[in-house]
Amino acid sequence: MFSAPPFWENGPAPGNFYNFPNLQPQVQQPQDFRQHSQSPVTTSTSLVGITYDKGILVAGDLLASYGSLARYRNCPRIVKINENIILGASGDYADFQYVKDFVEQKVISEECLDDGLALKPKSLYCWLTRILYNRRSKMDPLWNNFIVAGIQDGQPFLGTVDKHGTAYADKVICTGYGAHIATPLLRDSLDKNPQLNLAEAKALIEKCLEVLYYRDARSYPKYQLGIIDVEQGVSIEGPLEVPQKWEIAYHSKRF
Amino acid sequence: MFRNQYDSDVTVWSPQGRLHQVEYAMEAVNLGSATVGLKSNAYAVLIALKRASSELSAYQKKVINIDDHIGVTISGLTADARILSRYMRTECLNYKYSHDTYLPLNRLITTLGNKMQVCTQRYDRRPYGVGLLVAGYDDKGTHIYQTCPSANYYDCKAMSIGSRSQSARTYLEKHLDQFSNSSLEELIKHGLRALRDTLPPEVDLSTKNVSIGYVGKEQQFKILDEEETAPYLRLIEGEERRGATSEKPQGPLRDDQGDEPRDPMPDVAIEAAEHAMDTD
Amino acid sequence: MSSIGTGYDLSASQFSPDGRVFQVEYAMKAVENSGTVLGLKGSDGIILAAEKLILSKLHEPGTNQRIFNIDKHIGMAFSGLIADARQVVQIARREAADYRQQYGVSIPLKYLNDRVSMYMHAYTLYSAIRPYGCSVILASYEDGEPTMYTIDPSGVSYGYHGCATGKAKQAAKTEIEKLKVSQLPCRELAKEAAKIIYLVHDELKDKNFELELSWVCKESNGLHQKVPDNVYQEAERAAKQAMEADSESDTDDL
Repeated sequence: MFSAPPFWENGPAPGNFYNFPNLQPQVQQPQDFRQHSQSPVTTSTSLVGITYDKGILVAGDLLASYGSLARYRNCPRIVKINENIILGASGDYADFQYVKDFVEQKVISEECLDDGLALKPKSLYCWLTRILYNRRSKMDPLWNNFIVAGIQDGQPFLGTVDKHGTAYADKVICTGYGAHIATPLLRDSLDKNPQLNLAEAKALIEKCLEVLYYRDARSYPKYQLGIIDVEQGVSIEGPLEVPQKWEIAYHSKRF
Repeated sequence: MFRNQYDSDVTVWSPQGRLHQVEYAMEAVNLGSATVGLKSNAYAVLIALKRASSELSAYQKKVINIDDHIGVTISGLTADARILSRYMRTECLNYKYSHDTYLPLNRLITTLGNKMQVCTQRYDRRPYGVGLLVAGYDDKGTHIYQTCPSANYYDCKAMSIGSRSQSARTYLEKHLDQFSNSSLEELIKHGLRALRDTLPPEVDLSTKNVSIGYVGKEQQFKILDEEETAPYLRLIEGEERRGATSEKPQGPLRDDQGDEPRDPMPDVAIEAAEHAMDTD
Repeated sequence: MSSIGTGYDLSASQFSPDGRVFQVEYAMKAVENSGTVLGLKGSDGIILAAEKLILSKLHEPGTNQRIFNIDKHIGMAFSGLIADARQVVQIARREAADYRQQYGVSIPLKYLNDRVSMYMHAYTLYSAIRPYGCSVILASYEDGEPTMYTIDPSGVSYGYHGCATGKAKQAAKTEIEKLKVSQLPCRELAKEAAKIIYLVHDELKDKNFELELSWVCKESNGLHQKVPDNVYQEAERAAKQAMEADSESDTDDL
């Protein structure tokens, strides 16, 4: 419906009544109700990250589930950000893609400055924490659990942020179902052998993914492995196969 | 004083492609007392000459702390400098909050330059009438940056701005090759000598009118107090002085005096050739 | 008709009686006061070169660069006021980032050129702001296709095979016209660009200068970057040799 503009700011418009000077403030009914997402849609499951003597391994499968449906089977979620950072994500796949685009543009913008400075793992970790905490404070979280792995000042750094903005750094980090299943396995091995080498770490990760594949109904036997090494730099391997032994299944009554 | 019809606003280009208002703003820098910045591989040092606005007042602060790794010294309109330094502090804090690390100097200066440029292109603004020397330490080592009202900035090995700073620049150019491997003490001595060269003969540096700040690897930006300044001043005491001898004698340095009376136009032109219209 | 003193040349929003906007023309003068910049489009990419005048011994080498990255695949060189140019750089980078965010691919130079030139043009329309005092050259290499544009303070832009702005743009253009630029590969053009910059540099008026060279080409995988050290040194050597040969032939003539 057309209404003429007011004669002056906050004043009466032609056809309006204007009670001056006791202008009664009109009681405004809030109209801007909005319901934010309260659950993720297309999700990916666990990530497993572990520090070895000269770097960090991060592994995660390639499945993006739609509820319990194994819907998309080639969804990489471990990405190289720059020469010293790997970013991994579990949770809502669309939210991850959104954040990934954002971070990638951030890196490109930084490269354009050509000042020889590159984003550092701890900076990205801090930055993601601020973003995720800010979003959860708006009651509109990005439904992800991120892992940032990188090399800073010659030392491996492994950190994680969840959708609440809770962040911590550790030598072993797993997300999703893996936080419950794989973390104890990794911690146990690391207690016994604190200085793993690359081969040992790889074997350990493989073992964890195998256990996860048996136990986690949203997991998948094809996975990617991100490696960041003090000497070798970043590489992302995959798709790799999770080793499976189904013979033992017959020992289980419920199978 | 002359006037021309193209100098009323920053939005007016002169037929020669100059911006007179911006050039005039550059002049404001020369009204402030001199300040010197220089660096070695390990330290960046700022040394400034302070003025008192009257016999009864304290000396005007010239060196300002921005963040743990950055400090600035100013020449020109102090109030404008406070706006700029507040901006720089905010930028540093925000960066530290979001990235958990210090803001690299070149990025700070770039954003500052872009902020300052806006004021040179709009009718409802005027350029900031202040020059800054910014000293800092980051992953790329020590830095001295100079910024101008024209929104130009320069990455410098050493620099001096402010009234009669030419004498200091002459000193710095002469000793430029010694700085990079100097100790902190040597660096401050060079800075003090350069600053002293800007003074008329009857005035000397004292703990009251000198302000020293420095920053370096594992050294947060630190401004020395009078007690800490004294030993450095003693180091150059009694040395033979150069430069600035031909200048007219001047009373105690006072803010309201500015430079001695002079014909402004040629100065504008000279400075202009050197700075304001530098297109580089 | 003369511009000065008529009063028709004080605002970008005012025409003179003979239909000119003098403020824009004066802004062009600012461009002509600055060091020469040129761009050459060869068979496999583009070379940008700049003559960066050194104003003081106290400055670090590399301060106030004249060539910027806009995006991975786009470079920009400028002549004119550096503070103004940095503002344009910022806008161009923002446009490039915005395009990527919306379309998921990097911005084609044609579109970036459109957006940046419209932006600069908007500054020629109002009395409350002044036109930009810089000309920019935009260069990219996309899908095997080198593209280059220049934008003037007026907001006008053209595509070029070879172009120059700044102090000695006429002399530089004459030199460029002598070359068959579109047939030469970038490695050759780097030398030619360096030669031209050295040739048009006015030693009497401006003492020292730094040569800046960047490229975006097949060899750099379509990325805009400073030329590698060996290419730079080769180009600089070629330029210096050409200058010596030139001065020798001059003395022969005498």
